[in-house]
Amino acid sequence: MPLDWCGVPPAQLNQDSPIVEIRNLGYAVGGRPIFDGLDMDIPRGKVTAVMGPSGTGKTTLLRLVTGQVRADTGSIHVAGEDLRNLKRADLYALRRRMGMLFQNGALLTDLSVFENVAFPIREHTDLPERLIRQLVLIKLEAVGLRGAADLMPSELSGGMGRRVALARAIVMDPEILIYDEPFVGLDPISMGVILRLIRRLNDTLGLTSIVVSHDVQEISAVSDNVFLLSAGKVVAHGSPQELRANPSEVVRQFVGGLPDGPVAFHYPAPDYYGQLLARGEDH
Amino acid sequence: MSVIKELWRSLIDSLIGLGAVVRFLLRMIVVTPSALLRFDLIVAQIFNSGALSLVIIMLSGLFVGMVLGLQGFQLLQRFGSEDSLGIAAAIGLVKELGPVVTALLFAGRAGTALASELGLMRATDQLSAMEMMAVDPITRVVVPRFLGGVIAMPLLAAIFSLIGIYGAQLIGVQIMGVDSGSFWSQMRGGVGLADINEGIVKSLIFGVACSLIAVYEGYYATPTAAGVGTATTRTVVTSAVVVLFLDYLLTAAFL
Repeated sequence: MPLDWCGVPPAQLNQDSPIVEIRNLGYAVGGRPIFDGLDMDIPRGKVTAVMGPSGTGKTTLLRLVTGQVRADTGSIHVAGEDLRNLKRADLYALRRRMGMLFQNGALLTDLSVFENVAFPIREHTDLPERLIRQLVLIKLEAVGLRGAADLMPSELSGGMGRRVALARAIVMDPEILIYDEPFVGLDPISMGVILRLIRRLNDTLGLTSIVVSHDVQEISAVSDNVFLLSAGKVVAHGSPQELRANPSEVVRQFVGGLPDGPVAFHYPAPDYYGQLLARGEDH
Repeated sequence: MSVIKELWRSLIDSLIGLGAVVRFLLRMIVVTPSALLRFDLIVAQIFNSGALSLVIIMLSGLFVGMVLGLQGFQLLQRFGSEDSLGIAAAIGLVKELGPVVTALLFAGRAGTALASELGLMRATDQLSAMEMMAVDPITRVVVPRFLGGVIAMPLLAAIFSLIGIYGAQLIGVQIMGVDSGSFWSQMRGGVGLADINEGIVKSLIFGVACSLIAVYEGYYATPTAAGVGTATTRTVVTSAVVVLFLDYLLTAAFL
């Protein structure tokens, strides 16, 4: 069980309250609204999947939850802290309680696998070298890559790189572990490995996992509950089973992988025949 | 009318850009004390920017010095004062060519490396990953690179001038037959501490300018392949123009 900085197991502090609470969130980029009145409660200790078609702002949501960007309106509470009035130092203190796995791993390319995993420990603590070594090897063993400790990131395959990044994300024993599209570009075997790791780490380390993905079948297999986003709103949420039984058209299109439906196949365009037959230079 | 509008626009744009660079510099200065605690990181960057630029600096210094010896000899011979070659070469190198040419080479060799490294770190989310690990990338990555450049630049300029004087001596004394004694004694008598100071101040300021431009362009590079390329190009072009412009201002100020 991860300990927070006062040494109290965080799960005992507030067993039932959601660890991430989003209320009436509004966020726009360049005048284009990404979120408009989004509400979301992410429960403690569970694997929560956030799904949705590309371009619905799933990654943006992660950036908002981790305080990398600020919301225009509404509020986000993470582990009891209101992100709106958090100073930089407090935000960094909060981030020490989170781990994040980036889409491409984001390993530091000038450091070896071992040093990448050791990086957060070295930056934040003064632990003796022997202890750092043990901590790093334990985490690398957990993702099955203890043997790759001396490799450089450029020598790793995509799946291995992501597992190293995962070891780095859990090395400080976070309370919340966030995965941004962890399956993109992975072969089925690596994908299976990551899936198993998500579930196993969540249950053995007692943390809260948030997985952003659009791989419906895969993520349904390991998540406890699912939020489906579309056009800046939560269109459905519940357990994977509940989602599959959901009659709404948007949900059925997404879960069934149908090419056309409420999420249109065509990007908005002027009339097709009119454009083909038109004379003149604008295409 | 539209030409004036265009000019006005680009003037405003460059002022906004300058403001952003100055803000970035202030942000770096604020975290510099905590970055100084990790002196090992700075030493590594002095090696990256300084030691790895040594070969190109020394080679260029030698050739610039040799050209100076040749041209200087030709010119001074017309007035029958080729004995002054030593002081002419030394003043030219220490006050002018050393700092300026070193800064231009530094921008091309170390500046581009810094900009593309930071740009690629941005493009591959390494900087965001650090922020998520509660490590400030400005303190951990940017400031050590900036300080490394600032410290390396005067050292490189000094080495450039030193090798340049040797090159001038090689041509002037060894080949053209200028008297060795008057070459060195006129140099010793004529080059004062003020000349050396001018060179040091110039190369320090050029070091700040080139390193600042490189880390700024890299840190704010558009996170794509094309964006990193643009950042690298802009680093060289902007550094060259800024160095030559500052050189004029500083020379005028020292007169």
